[in-house]
Amino acid sequence: MSHKFQYLLRLGDNCLVLSQQLAAWCGHGPALEEDLALTNVALDLLGQARLWLSYAGEVEGRGRDEDALAFGRDGLDFRNLLLVEQPNGHYGNTVARQFLFDAWHRQLLAGLCESSDPRIAEIAQKAVKEVRYHVERSAGLMIALGNGTALSHARMQDAVNMLWPYTNEWFDSDAIDAQCASAGVAPAASSLAAAWRADVETVLGRAGLTTPTYTGHQRGGKLGVHSEHLGRLLTALQFMQRAYPGAQW
Amino acid sequence: MYAQLVETGAKAVKTLDQMEPQERAFQERINAGIKTEPKDWMPEAYRKTLVRQISQHAHSEYVGMLPEANWITRAPTLKRKAILLAKVQDEAGHALYLYSAVETLGVTRDQTYLDLLSGKAKYSSIFNYPTLTWADIGAIGWLVDGSAIVNQIPLCRCSYGPYARAMVRVCKEESFHQRQGFDIMQALCKGTPEQKAMAQDALNRWWWPSLAMHGPPDELSANSAQSMAWKIKQNSNDELRQRFIDQTAPQIEFLGLALPDADLKWNEARGHYDYGAIDWEEFFNVVNGKGPCNQERLAARNQAWEEGAWFREAMSAYAAKQEQSDMQGAT
Ligand SMILES: [Fe+2]
Ligand SMILES: [Fe+2]
Repeated sequence: MSHKFQYLLRLGDNCLVLSQQLAAWCGHGPALEEDLALTNVALDLLGQARLWLSYAGEVEGRGRDEDALAFGRDGLDFRNLLLVEQPNGHYGNTVARQFLFDAWHRQLLAGLCESSDPRIAEIAQKAVKEVRYHVERSAGLMIALGNGTALSHARMQDAVNMLWPYTNEWFDSDAIDAQCASAGVAPAASSLAAAWRADVETVLGRAGLTTPTYTGHQRGGKLGVHSEHLGRLLTALQFMQRAYPGAQW
Repeated sequence: MYAQLVETGAKAVKTLDQMEPQERAFQERINAGIKTEPKDWMPEAYRKTLVRQISQHAHSEYVGMLPEANWITRAPTLKRKAILLAKVQDEAGHALYLYSAVETLGVTRDQTYLDLLSGKAKYSSIFNYPTLTWADIGAIGWLVDGSAIVNQIPLCRCSYGPYARAMVRVCKEESFHQRQGFDIMQALCKGTPEQKAMAQDALNRWWWPSLAMHGPPDELSANSAQSMAWKIKQNSNDELRQRFIDQTAPQIEFLGLALPDADLKWNEARGHYDYGAIDWEEFFNVVNGKGPCNQERLAARNQAWEEGAWFREAMSAYAAKQEQSDMQGAT
């Protein structure tokens, strides 16, 4: 299968899985303002997922559209990072997961704006504008919650510690990353590490939180080796298409 | 409607001659179609009635997010998911404008909201019914948002300025919701036999609650008469219900679905559809806490509130620290 197709699935699946998680908060957030703001992020990511997956289907050339890819693959064929499939937990877990992802996502999209593939560059240019806002929001929440009360500080430090193991696989380079990087389609995976780390250290520092000193050891999402959480998420996501195969909605 | 059985405190509507000069001047402005604004003098009973009505309406928007949010993660296509997510988000926006409108009457959002959480304040009966299939999402948009529009268009002319203006904004979005709901129903009705059966089942379950949602006949109610005299309310519950039925019955036929009421028939002489008897006992049961989902809805709102307490406290503690350091920076 083409490297570009696989790479596009990675982009699309990150957005799809994370938007699915955020959408589950809708109506259950800690304040109406949060329901509005977090739903905006969920909608942006869902929009990006649709663009990436539609393009992936075109590149694949087997007639699969965004829905066929979203609803017709099992977990082994999902290519999202393990971080985005980690459970919502309490609101602080969701905020921390979002911040760690957003900071990386912004760097990635900035690189993709320069892609040699014009369609990828175009989607990235649209997405990066949204993601700049996402990172501003999630960084702001990290700083507020890190400094807010003793309880919120402790919860945010725990959240960062729990998620940290999942923050390194995105810098690993495999054949797909290497191929896309050498063709100028995408930035090299490892090239984003320094900027991400600097951003995260700055924000965690301002939040009064400690940046873990070890390197994350969890990996596998990009190759389809997931945590137990993904299967349950797909159960809800794909229920209708599985129960009524071939129906139009 | 989103505010049902609003208490006005009135036993009978006073005539102009029975009013003190200040109240009389107020009523004359209302009669002349002049809007009341937050800073204007108003009778205490008028203010209280508005607080009850607008807060019930706000709670309905907020609680109303739950039955639809129930299907966001399971929407059948990515496009439908995006539309539903945006729709439920709109309802959060409606709740926010309405809580702000209540604040203009001197009651804080937290005070208003705590009355919902304790079970003291009411919200629309309709949101105590469950969403069992995807077709329920279509039926809610079509029938529930459809009923809301019929009810809220006259509220755009309500005598209280902030409420009327909030309604103008809300109505635009509700009509999108109604069309999107109808579009879901259309797709189902053009689909497989299973999909069509799903659509019929949703119509059958949501039809009667949507009619009851407009509230019991109110011709004899002093509360309604008083609300009408104050131009908070402009039409009787039965008028609005009839308007909703007249606009919706042809849509049922257009979809090719069976009518959910054997007595639903066009009456040439009246120029309206006739319809069967509504089960008001069920309505009052639902209003009084004995609907299928009252407990879940209230429990979900309480759970979100309690689990979010640490977050809200942290955000205010941080804001207070920022303010303090800004002040120190300024000196
Ligand atoms: Fe609404
Ligand atoms: Fe609506």
